[in-house]
Amino acid sequence: MGERPQSSEGKTTVLPSKATRDAYGETLLELGKKRNDIVVLDADLSGSTKTVKFAKAFPERFFNLGVSEQDMVGTAAGLAITGKVPFASTFAIFETGRAWDQIRLVVCYSNTNVKLVATHGGITVGEDGASHQALEDIALMRALPHMTVIVPADAIETVSVINVIANFTGPVYVRLGRAKVPQIMPPDYKFNPGQAYTFHTGKDVNIIAAGIMVDAALKASAMLKNEGIDAGVINMSTIKPLDEKTILNAAKNSRLIITAEEHSIIGGLGGAVCEFLSENYPMSVKRIGIKDTFGCSGAPDELLKLYSLTPEAIAETAREGLRK
Amino acid sequence: MRDIKALEGIAREIRTYILRMLTEAGSGHTGGSLSAADVAVAIYFSKMNFNPDNPKLKERDRFILSKGHAAPLLYSILAKAGYFDIESLLTLRKIDSSLQGHPCCETVPGVEISTGSLGQGLSVANGIALGLRLDKNPARVYCIMGDGEIQEGQIWEAAMTAAHYKIDNLCAVVDNNGLQIDGPVEKVMGIAPVHDKWTAFGWNVIEIDGHNMKEILAALDKAETVKGKPTVIIAHTVKGKGVSFFEGKVEYHGIAPSREELEKALKEIG
Repeated sequence: MGERPQSSEGKTTVLPSKATRDAYGETLLELGKKRNDIVVLDADLSGSTKTVKFAKAFPERFFNLGVSEQDMVGTAAGLAITGKVPFASTFAIFETGRAWDQIRLVVCYSNTNVKLVATHGGITVGEDGASHQALEDIALMRALPHMTVIVPADAIETVSVINVIANFTGPVYVRLGRAKVPQIMPPDYKFNPGQAYTFHTGKDVNIIAAGIMVDAALKASAMLKNEGIDAGVINMSTIKPLDEKTILNAAKNSRLIITAEEHSIIGGLGGAVCEFLSENYPMSVKRIGIKDTFGCSGAPDELLKLYSLTPEAIAETAREGLRK
Repeated sequence: MRDIKALEGIAREIRTYILRMLTEAGSGHTGGSLSAADVAVAIYFSKMNFNPDNPKLKERDRFILSKGHAAPLLYSILAKAGYFDIESLLTLRKIDSSLQGHPCCETVPGVEISTGSLGQGLSVANGIALGLRLDKNPARVYCIMGDGEIQEGQIWEAAMTAAHYKIDNLCAVVDNNGLQIDGPVEKVMGIAPVHDKWTAFGWNVIEIDGHNMKEILAALDKAETVKGKPTVIIAHTVKGKGVSFFEGKVEYHGIAPSREELEKALKEIG
């Protein structure tokens, strides 16, 4: 088992698993009660993205654009120009892929205060298959100037992220998931954009993970501990801007860096960490992620196994990497 | 301003700025800047409430140039309106200029949103209109599109949205000059019947001669009175309008006048 969340007093608590999209929907609702500058847009998926909670409570501040992601992004930018704080949501692949040029021009280049919060990121979308599995979204968003890219690890972090970005001026992409995931962050955790959360720094290997892979990394670390391997775990929830200081520190204090993400190994967290280390502290890095392939239909757990996104796969990568 | 002669005078002045800045830049879009000049001048100088000393004035009316390649038109109007010096127009497209080849809202005061990738302005205009409505702000939104531009699917997504949300504080204009880069619009990708399409999408449609100042003003007045639906003005225009040897020439979509052409053109405009 992975480590249990601990409060600052060190008291162990066990919270039930929860989907990050559920945390998003609840947080939006709370924000909506406190602030009338919050507006929400969706593209016919409000039941799935959980923006429906906000829509029911504040129908005048909710805009369903129907099946038109490009128009949704443009409309969000217009609302931002009038001083609103728009949260625009749909599935990750449609949000980032379908409307990429719109995000580039009227969100990033225009530097409008638009919050793109996508759900159904990654392979664990599951049975719908490759068309719905966003494995490239982080790469697409990371390449855009002005964009901040955040992948929360669990529901606890999601609540904090959404509250923080509501007060942050500028374009943000937040990637959430469909499935329930363990709650692993401390209950009193406060998200800081651009700052990673270090569970602990390992002397042998450090696993830099994002999203659901943080939990897998914690479990891998526990496995390795039994074998006498000290594996650190870092939650790199802000993929851009990257917490270079934390990466450098982890790199200098261990022999191997492993990145773990529910995304293509090209252009995402692994790409970002490798870009930074190759220029600043060249060393051995192993990337866990989807290896330049499309996904397929299947149950989320089966898919995680099929694409080697498991604690076992991380642990094996650590053993192999340290043997060399 | 309701003085037709004065507005026509401003339009002539704007055309000379457009030609001068394009010639100085050595590249840029002549045809579509000239075709939309009369409509844009009428919107800015007869209808819009704005303050160049406070570009972010809350009560300001908003202007979106969705056909961003007509940037010389927008810059000329903003300079004439007092947002920046007329002389700086001559820095268009230069490495140290804020006047980018296509409008950039981060560098040019008075530009509400960056444009240049076509089909996106109407969505932004809708968003602004919805935001103003939420604030009970009586300001209005204007959006000029090109006729070739409405080949973009996003335009029709936005057309649906404006009708669905009954956005009546918005007036869109199609600069219907009939030409796009590769040739006549109807030959490249037919958009007819334009009037019927917008009507079918739930819009109030007004068709005018986009170079007749009286008709333009009447259409803009009418647009303000229509409630419960958005209005689009289909402005029939001539590409390159005002300079006989540019008029109706598809080649001048994206070519700047030479020095010789500029001299001749300025004489014609008078």
